[in-house]
Amino acid sequence: MNIQEKQQIQQAFQETMDYDELMNCTRCGFCLPSCPTYIETGRNEVHSPRGRIALMKGLVDGVIEPSQEVKDSIDMCLGCRACEPVCPSGVKFGRLLEQARDAIYQHKKQTLPEKLIKGIFFKNIFPYQNRMMGVTGLLSFYQRSGAQKLAQATGVMNLFPESMRSMEKVLPSVPKKSQMKDRPRHLQPLKLEKKKKVAFFSGCLMDTMFMHTNDATVKLLQYAGCEIVVPSLQACCGALHGHSGEMEQAREMAKRNIQAFEEVEVDYIISNAGGCGAFLVEYDHLLKNDSEWSTRAKRFCNKVKDITSILIELDFHKQPLSLDNQIVTYQDSCHLKNGQRTFMEPRQLLESIDGVHYVEMKDAGRCCGSAGIYNIVQSEMSMQILDYKMEQAQNTKAKTIVTANPGCLLQMKLGIEREGRSNEMEAVHIVDLLLQAYENVNVRSNLHDEAATYIRA
Amino acid sequence: MLHSEVKGKLLAIVGAENVEDNNASLLAYSYDSTARFQALPDAMVAPRNTEEVAGVVKVCNEHKIPIVPRGSGTNLCAGTTPTKGGIVLIFKHMNHILEIDQENLTMTVEPGVYTKDILNAAIDVGLFYPPDPGSMHISQIGGNISENSGGLRGLKYGVTRDYVLGLEIVLPNGEVIQTGGKLAKDVAGYDLTRLYIGAEGTLGVITKAILKLIPQPETKKTMLALYEDLEAAAETVSAIIANRIIPATLEFLDQATVQVVEDFAEIGLPVEAKAVLLIEQDGPPEVVDRDMDKIEELCKDNRAFDVQVAKTVEEAEQLTAARRSALSALSRLKPTTILEDATVPRSEIAKMVKAIGEIAEKYQLNICTFGHAGDGNLHPTCLTDARDEAEIELVEKAFEEIFQQAVALGGTITGEHGVGMMKLPYLHLKAGEHGIEAMRSIKQAIDPNGIMNPGKMIEPKGRQRMVVEHQ
Repeated sequence: MNIQEKQQIQQAFQETMDYDELMNCTRCGFCLPSCPTYIETGRNEVHSPRGRIALMKGLVDGVIEPSQEVKDSIDMCLGCRACEPVCPSGVKFGRLLEQARDAIYQHKKQTLPEKLIKGIFFKNIFPYQNRMMGVTGLLSFYQRSGAQKLAQATGVMNLFPESMRSMEKVLPSVPKKSQMKDRPRHLQPLKLEKKKKVAFFSGCLMDTMFMHTNDATVKLLQYAGCEIVVPSLQACCGALHGHSGEMEQAREMAKRNIQAFEEVEVDYIISNAGGCGAFLVEYDHLLKNDSEWSTRAKRFCNKVKDITSILIELDFHKQPLSLDNQIVTYQDSCHLKNGQRTFMEPRQLLESIDGVHYVEMKDAGRCCGSAGIYNIVQSEMSMQILDYKMEQAQNTKAKTIVTANPGCLLQMKLGIEREGRSNEMEAVHIVDLLLQAYENVNVRSNLHDEAATYIRA
Repeated sequence: MLHSEVKGKLLAIVGAENVEDNNASLLAYSYDSTARFQALPDAMVAPRNTEEVAGVVKVCNEHKIPIVPRGSGTNLCAGTTPTKGGIVLIFKHMNHILEIDQENLTMTVEPGVYTKDILNAAIDVGLFYPPDPGSMHISQIGGNISENSGGLRGLKYGVTRDYVLGLEIVLPNGEVIQTGGKLAKDVAGYDLTRLYIGAEGTLGVITKAILKLIPQPETKKTMLALYEDLEAAAETVSAIIANRIIPATLEFLDQATVQVVEDFAEIGLPVEAKAVLLIEQDGPPEVVDRDMDKIEELCKDNRAFDVQVAKTVEEAEQLTAARRSALSALSRLKPTTILEDATVPRSEIAKMVKAIGEIAEKYQLNICTFGHAGDGNLHPTCLTDARDEAEIELVEKAFEEIFQQAVALGGTITGEHGVGMMKLPYLHLKAGEHGIEAMRSIKQAIDPNGIMNPGKMIEPKGRQRMVVEHQ
């Protein structure tokens, strides 16, 4: 970092950081045992929430100047926000982190992978759902055409970091572009009378790479008695941008989504990705300095709900649900748990399935190391965290690891692949498991087809 | 900055990965939990065993470099904040439970073990380690011993001091000594174990401890008693003790504290009460039942408008956990919380609570009070803003008066947090000038170069009071 860069960063910190929020930290240290990087670095205060807040404040106060080590501390944070629920002072660490990253990345030169990801994906692809389809379509082509086999055989993938190499193997097969496009946007409840009208936030990654999980979500909502609207103008939630210091982009995404969902009158806005949901509920904070938008944002935020939460509210778990006998464990989505404080509902749903023997894994609430693009830009720490996670998962003897967020799902798949256990273990999104459990009991296979016809009608 | 020669020596002892002097590390070890105190050290050093600690101490003694031993930095008297550079010594590698001796009922530990892990390890074999400071899930035993930490169970079970049988200590000259042992009785010479308990790291570095364990109580019951006014609650405390009942826990919270704790914990605490007592009794079931019935009666006799007994273990644990969060939760109200731990004989609790109220009124300050009413240890906590210098001045005046009041009632300026830098100016109120002189002689004899945690507890003779870099 040269002197000019340091000055710019310091100034950016003074302009960007919420000083009152920094002052709210009493340095009691109650956050320390909740922080995965504090634990994995062998209790290094630099990599703890309390330490990071002290660094941020130190930069604002001018007690220290920006340095590589300071930046490393901020970069190393997973942004899992496990420190928030345990903070008696109620410090909103996630927001401080966003501000700090914003301040650093306004001026800091970025590494090549960071630049590539942020430049290409954040600015040019995630915001545009048709381009998302295009890119994931390329991936689909890669997978179907034999190029994947070729790449794996030639060892081209060895040029990439280890986590990316393994990740490439576990990516789900992407549906064809035509399948992604040709889907209904307004659906009626199935079998039950209508209980609620909801809008579905489909997400960018979820609606392409994990399209089947999105379809399963919609179907579960139908079975639970919801009328569903899927607004066509919605965009990526902006979380990946927001968490990496691209705040302007994030605000743009937020406005587009607020507008898109204002056009329908619904009881709830349903998300099936913990990471997106936690960002959606913070839109009011994101737009707090914009008087017109902040009111609209508040209305939007109040309606956001995770799929597991509405299923419990509508007593979905009281219907008969059944799966083959198996041990199941659950990996919390950090943002679902710490951002939306939703963690009992997924467990309650899983425990209500006949045949499922639910075993809680140790530290299920601790981040898996996926954390947005963390597993790519902080590959080493991410894999260290994942190793611990897989050890805990294996101790439960579970056949199925359930998650509630696409990033966690990929990371769990990656973990299983890395441990070479893909024959005895699988990772699934909770809605896929629930749909299977529901249809095993309630839908004969031919009825399933009828339902599908009905949906598309 | 450390001289390169010194740094080289330290690196040779603990390895390159265990010495950090980049600016992020220096800042991250520049504070503890005490508001308004912060100063950068020159390096952070993390030795891996007693030999390395001894080596580091020798080097520092030779070059007169200050050493600040630090656990998890949960200290509340600026006892683990650097004052004038030097090294912060941390114990992240020395964090093992070495032995649980079920014949002698002892546990031997390294200083970096979390207090909560000690309790859990004891419980696993049907034993009990009672000291439970509010931060026990993150505080380290080395720090607990050096501060002689108290906790919620102090009334019945005593404090950390009552559970330390022996220590391994690295003296400021680098020599290693063993004190005490797995012994119930030991009068061989001065009781150095006791001297080092609560010495705040000013006399050497604790590298090992033998702790006393006791049988685990069979059962436990928890109740809340709610009051319309503070004094009725304080009188109940005296009544319980006067009736020859020693509860395991007897905590007091005022309305403001209950309110913020409830905001954080959301467990349905009675925010309508002006004062709340959290009472726990443990022991054989018949004794617990008998005591709790009697306590309930005493609460009602002393104008409690409601008494609620926790129905399940979870409910009881929620209540004590909520109480532990009181200090940090209070900080939700204002940016800065300054907490004290003035302590009086428990018979004087009502007077002390009243005096704190009057002092707060006099200086127009927002002071919430909670604490271990059963052992006379109160935590008047002032909610303020470190940026408001005029108010901070009033806060200091108010606390000085609170200390004077406590001492006048036969109490002390600090019951369990220690003197550190924060209460150094007030130590004379309790210890007297001759008392301080005796302490100073001990310090001078053991640490002639004044390298161990300088600027804490007492000042060397003739030196001006340390100017502390305020945050």
